[in-house]
Amino acid sequence: MNLAREFSKGIWRENAVFRLLLGLCPTLAVTTSAENGLGMGLATTFVLICSNIVVSLLRKLIPAKVRIPAFIVIIASFVTVVQLGMEAYVYDLYKSLGIFIPLIVVNCLILGRAEAFASRNNPLLSVVDGIGMGSGFTLALFILGAVREILGSGTLLGFSLFGPGYQPFLLMILPPGAFITLGFLLAGMNRIDAIRSVTRS
Amino acid sequence: MSDQLYLSSSPHIHSGETTDKVMRAVIYSLLPACGVAIYFFGLPALMLLLVCTVGAVAFEALCAKLFHSKLAIADGSAALTGILLALNLPPSAPWWLALLGAAIAIIVGKQVYGGLGYNPFNPALVARVVLLISFPVQMTSWSAPAPLGSGVDALTTATPLGEWKTAVMLTGKLPEGMASGFGSYFVGNMAGCIGEVSAIALLLGALYLFWKRIITWQIPVSFIGTVVVVGGLFWLSDATRYPDPLFHLLTGGLILGAFFMATDMVTSPVTGRGMLVYGFGCGLVTVLIRLFGGYPEGVSFAILLMNAATPLIDRYTRPRVFGTVAEVER
Repeated sequence: MNLAREFSKGIWRENAVFRLLLGLCPTLAVTTSAENGLGMGLATTFVLICSNIVVSLLRKLIPAKVRIPAFIVIIASFVTVVQLGMEAYVYDLYKSLGIFIPLIVVNCLILGRAEAFASRNNPLLSVVDGIGMGSGFTLALFILGAVREILGSGTLLGFSLFGPGYQPFLLMILPPGAFITLGFLLAGMNRIDAIRSVTRS
Repeated sequence: MSDQLYLSSSPHIHSGETTDKVMRAVIYSLLPACGVAIYFFGLPALMLLLVCTVGAVAFEALCAKLFHSKLAIADGSAALTGILLALNLPPSAPWWLALLGAAIAIIVGKQVYGGLGYNPFNPALVARVVLLISFPVQMTSWSAPAPLGSGVDALTTATPLGEWKTAVMLTGKLPEGMASGFGSYFVGNMAGCIGEVSAIALLLGALYLFWKRIITWQIPVSFIGTVVVVGGLFWLSDATRYPDPLFHLLTGGLILGAFFMATDMVTSPVTGRGMLVYGFGCGLVTVLIRLFGGYPEGVSFAILLMNAATPLIDRYTRPRVFGTVAEVER
């Protein structure tokens, strides 16, 4: 029924990064490697699912006028959980993501889902929405990170791909590389959509 | 057609100047510089010119095919971008660097914006800066010029600007004997990008462009003038530390940049006043980067920065529409 659609929309149709262009700050800043992208994506997904559940459960209790501060408090709590957890168990990743872990609090994607979806739907739908949106976000960050890592360092998830003779294309792991890669990925997605809509009609 | 009444909106008189005529003239004007490049740096320079030009044209054709747009190779703009890129590469650059540069220039620098006329930045300079940031080792390994028949393959050395920067960073003073080489600087007998070394060949080409009225005096004069004046002020303040204006003028990419890159019609302001502002900005940024920046040469960064400011400059230097009264200040 509805559940499958709520899940799948986050992957492609309403993909947070590639379609809604939400959460671009972490997207562009931390995707210097596939591992960073994956780590950031999973951390965000965790926060998103948890905040969606709680916001959805409390949706009838939170007064409309103070809903945004209330959402932020909920999100910030889970971000603190993630931050302490990562510091304890994946310290290297924690260090390389740095300030962008606490900044998950202000990720538009999470607040956007709380405002637009979780505060209007039941907990079950909200969980599925969180998983879908989070997966889409993680996938996008992973692809972006992988492309930049392959070109910019010649490795994927730390494994050398082209041998020692490869000259890394440094720009790709610098900020301009993030914008250029995102642009080309968006163009690619639009192209695929255009082809699909032609074949469907 | 001739005996029919032909109606159209203005303009009614066409100068006969077309894109491909302009592009072709600029290519001709660069031929002396290409010749000097091949004379001083030999086969590697020829290889770079060929790879960049053929590469740029091929990527242009590829883009036209992908975007289903009209094939615009014949206008010569892609070939010109390729030549300008090659002239901005060091002689020891490997072929793959040149090919990658051509791809970046055409695809990232030009076609993603919609092709010729829509690009906010000079495509050849975009490629040069991308390569400089990405491959600092290959882009700053200079070889001394080895005129054809001199029997030397390649001798690694520093550019005059690089030599100056290193000496000032280490000792705070100008390197010994720096002022002695102006004759060879003028002819082009120094290390540098293959197209920037010979002031005389570039000036010859620039004269041709002036004669053809493809470039006007504002940008080159204000660009070079600013570099000479600002550089000269620093020189007057401390001649043991800052190089003299002639050194600024003849070394590095100033002449190539001021006459051939900054004057790109697409990416520079439209009005004469705007061009003066733009040239001043280019010159100021160039001197500041040369004297205080991390890189020894700042011409390409300066031009790209002012390319970004061009729409703003155009906005503030809009000429009064003919027949209207100047707006009263309120």
